[in-house]
Amino acid sequence: MIRLEKRPEPSRLWTATTPLLAVALTMIVGGLLFAVLGADPFEAIRTIFWDPLFHPQFAAYSRPQLLVKAGPLILIAIGLSIGFKAGIWNIGAEGQYIIGAVCGAGVGLAFYPSENVLIFPLMIVAGALGGWAWAMIPAVLKTKFGTNEILVSLMLVYVAQNVLIAMSTGLLRNPEGMGFPGSRNFKQWDAVHNAEIVANTGMHWGVVAAFIAVIAAYVLMSRHIQGFNIRLSGEAPRAARFAGVSPARIVFLCLGLAGALAGMAGLFEVTGPAGQLTDKFNAGYGFTAIIVAFLGRLHPVGILLAGLLMALTYIGGELAQLMLGLPGAAIQLFQGMLLFFLLATDVFTNYRLRFGAGAAA
Amino acid sequence: MDFGSINPALLIASIMISATPILLAAIGEMVVEKAGVLNLGVEGMMITGAVVGFAVAVTLTSPGFGFVAAAFAGAALSLVFALLTQFLLSNQVATGLGLTLAGLGLSSLIGKPYEGMKSPPMPKLDIPVLSDLPIVGRMLFSHDAMVYVSLLLVVAVWAFLKYTRAGLILRAVGESHDSAHALGYKVIPIRIAAILFGGACAGMGGAYLSLVRVPQWTEGMTAGAGWIALAIVVFASWRAGRVAVGAYLFGGVTVLQLNLQAAGANVPVSLLSASPYIITILVLVIISARGVHGAPASLGRSFHATH
Repeated sequence: MIRLEKRPEPSRLWTATTPLLAVALTMIVGGLLFAVLGADPFEAIRTIFWDPLFHPQFAAYSRPQLLVKAGPLILIAIGLSIGFKAGIWNIGAEGQYIIGAVCGAGVGLAFYPSENVLIFPLMIVAGALGGWAWAMIPAVLKTKFGTNEILVSLMLVYVAQNVLIAMSTGLLRNPEGMGFPGSRNFKQWDAVHNAEIVANTGMHWGVVAAFIAVIAAYVLMSRHIQGFNIRLSGEAPRAARFAGVSPARIVFLCLGLAGALAGMAGLFEVTGPAGQLTDKFNAGYGFTAIIVAFLGRLHPVGILLAGLLMALTYIGGELAQLMLGLPGAAIQLFQGMLLFFLLATDVFTNYRLRFGAGAAA
Repeated sequence: MDFGSINPALLIASIMISATPILLAAIGEMVVEKAGVLNLGVEGMMITGAVVGFAVAVTLTSPGFGFVAAAFAGAALSLVFALLTQFLLSNQVATGLGLTLAGLGLSSLIGKPYEGMKSPPMPKLDIPVLSDLPIVGRMLFSHDAMVYVSLLLVVAVWAFLKYTRAGLILRAVGESHDSAHALGYKVIPIRIAAILFGGACAGMGGAYLSLVRVPQWTEGMTAGAGWIALAIVVFASWRAGRVAVGAYLFGGVTVLQLNLQAAGANVPVSLLSASPYIITILVLVIISARGVHGAPASLGRSFHATH
């Protein structure tokens, strides 16, 4: 008989190895899935994980995409992970990301066609504020009325999507766009175009912000008293209250931070890779970032690596779609499976397996 | 604006249609939560049910088999959740989210070849005599069987939880799994059974969307219905009757906003489309402002027998 026995404290070895184990298991099961879909599993896995970086023909295009896709994922996941540590489940990052983009783009477009260098920083601030404000809705409702933040933040994603549709086809629509939905193209407006900082690297300001966020989150969580308070609130809410940590402040801090980072990510996306505010500029990064946060073990450095890995599956997925004709949805399932396997193998972090019934006490 | 184009009898009939998917999913989730498990994967199970139900119904040209298949698909997906949370003691919130994300991916993968097809028509169950009544007959008594199944299910769940021994045990497991375990009840098998029931209900709710309500398969067609079902369970304070009230209220809001859109009301379309979600938030706020009552005490906590 196999039993689980609780470890006195989480195993450090397993904390580090479970993500790798989860990736390996996902590759195996994913390979089987691809085989069922009629693709050679080895070729499919190679196309997803290897070719985007090393394929002689495509790598030149797809390598920069790695940072382009990882940037928003990391930026959002860092914010989410801080909340998850405190037991605050903000799963509406997608909405905060959309509203950040709408607010930032709106502020910028108000100054069109000025080429003032201050517009872009102003847009970033507006994007962060927009995301922050959207995240404040569940925060206020939770602290004032005790409303469940999971449901409220998620409902607000659908509201945000409708705001986006209204804005991109109404107020912020390009007046010279011949009636097509979508805002002006930011790529054709030098002052606000979030272009690559170094050519052919994919490095834009959003990626820089993501790296800064990783470092700041690391310092916050491991060196700062607020980071300690956040962790304490998550692991021992009662102890935190006795220690004088205000639960409401933690809620505001965590949701606000996540919202601001997600909003900023939205702004960087809309002025950079997307180039235009349209009703579908958002690519579901807000949801994938949840997987990134868990895969990175809610640790800033882990999230950095997980974000890069997840970006790789996005690019590899596109490549597999192109070259092997695998459906795009297969990658979404692939990413979901990754989270499952991670959660499944996670048990070994906190428990150890005991074989045989003899030792039962 | 032309309110005259809104026919009250048709309005009520369409409210029943639009409430049924959410009612099915919500009543299933309520039983799961009564057993002390929070499964946030309702949306994923619903959409998987929607696509599997649609695929089977189209292939066999039988909506009935579609619903059965959808129930199995929803239960199969919930089994993954059950294994992870009950045996591998994973975090229920994270696992539920994963279930939703995976379900969305899985469904669009399965559904690709079925896009643009039309589902076989669901036969109307004309109840003799009653359906011939003027107005009321068309309004309440000439729907398809699933509308009545969902309502019967509400009554059955209510009676099960209130009057049967098994229902009492289920509630005991949800209130205090340690006490239930100490009394000798098998916490984990009971919870798994509840999770499977919830999955089957969510699957059928999804199939009702793709087979009756829309009736077509489109990617991401549940559009948050699963989350709304979760909100309705909170709204209902974990009571079967109130789940039905909540689902019908929500169905009413949905139908009303669609009718207002069609009637060309002088309100932005985006605001109308967003209104069901905004109203769900408002309702949640009102409920929680009064203080949430009736949440099972062990909700969302993992159970691990140490002895």
